[in-house]
Amino acid sequence: MTKLTMTVNGRSVSGEVEGRTLLSTFLRENLGLTGTHVGCDTSQCGACTVHVNGLAVKSCTMFAQEAAEADVATIEGQAAPDGTLNAIQQAFQDYHGLQCGFCTPGMVMAAASLLKDNPKPTEAEVRHHLEGNICRCTGYHNIVRAIMAASGQDVAPVAAE
Amino acid sequence: MYNFDFEQPGSVDEAVAALQGEDALALSGGQTLIPSMKQRLNAPSKLVSLTAIEALKGVCPDSGQIAIGAATTHATVAAEATGYPALAALAGGIGDPAVRNRGTIGGSLANNDPAACYPAAVLASGATVVTNTREIAADDYFDGMFTTALEEGEIITDVRFPIPEKASYQKFEQPASRFALTGVFVAKYADGVRVAVTGASEDGVMRWAEAEAALSADFSAAAIDGLSVSADGLIGDLHGTPEYRANLIKVLTKRAVDAAS
Repeated sequence: MTKLTMTVNGRSVSGEVEGRTLLSTFLRENLGLTGTHVGCDTSQCGACTVHVNGLAVKSCTMFAQEAAEADVATIEGQAAPDGTLNAIQQAFQDYHGLQCGFCTPGMVMAAASLLKDNPKPTEAEVRHHLEGNICRCTGYHNIVRAIMAASGQDVAPVAAE
Repeated sequence: MYNFDFEQPGSVDEAVAALQGEDALALSGGQTLIPSMKQRLNAPSKLVSLTAIEALKGVCPDSGQIAIGAATTHATVAAEATGYPALAALAGGIGDPAVRNRGTIGGSLANNDPAACYPAAVLASGATVVTNTREIAADDYFDGMFTTALEEGEIITDVRFPIPEKASYQKFEQPASRFALTGVFVAKYADGVRVAVTGASEDGVMRWAEAEAALSADFSAAAIDGLSVSADGLIGDLHGTPEYRANLIKVLTKRAVDAAS
């Protein structure tokens, strides 16, 4: 076992890991941050997407020790300390961008990485950016709407309204 | 996956030394190696991570060529290889955004997946694969599916691409894996055209000599109208027959010529 330290959501954390400990395992099992979901464990689905030093990565396809001393952001750090949702999370709620919610942490983190680099994406750019995030419920339309809305762009109201 | 020792050296020399042990493997972005370890297709006793070696990172334009450090991610190549737009576009089309933030050019080339994108760029460009011990010409580097000229413990340090007059990569994407069902890279240089095909051959990336000759004489899509590709030795799987891939090679080559800029 090796002692590992990193910064997660602005807080310095440490833990004992093996070589094979994945970043997703470290976040979920060592730190109890179970908002990062492991869907496929084969780097297809993107539910485990987190940011490492500002870049979106699949935390099931990176060893914890590769993130030593890194700055990691997970879904738990997205809302304000008082629980107020950030603009992307609020838009997912407003535009019903989820059904079962399993893929949502990865979708929100992927959306955050897109809007950081491209604050006003087109719908096609949003869809292209989500290629590595799979949702089996929604058919993606409301996820795309939510991200467009979170970027401050006009979108059609949800069908249910 | 089975456990292993993890090392993260800060220099190429230290990495070469760390790789001397039995069953040690180099780890770059890990986007192929980690999934294969989960499936126990790979079970190294030690992984030597190369991604902390700053000397292996970066895109360096030079007169008439562009050198890319082996541990440079696809996302960085897509953003910074502006001197070779077809190469930047290829890098920006690999996998998905999160994979591009981890996967590296050196890792892709060392693995030599028969459907990977980078081998087509390297072969079509006549690039040079530079390692800790030598320089390997692209035509000597690829040695069949998942096989290369690399020796045990040899590390790619950078890849040098001569910049063509015109080039384009056309990928017919397998939508689940985002690898190339078939991909064709066409590069036009002053001394001739090179055409490399990935995803199609059972021997991995290959050149299409007849198309190169025709396009060197007349760089137009019409120049290869009369050519056909044999299905012998091409991959047949649930995604496409050898004959389907043979047709894709011709179609994608024509598209690449039309799109080349």
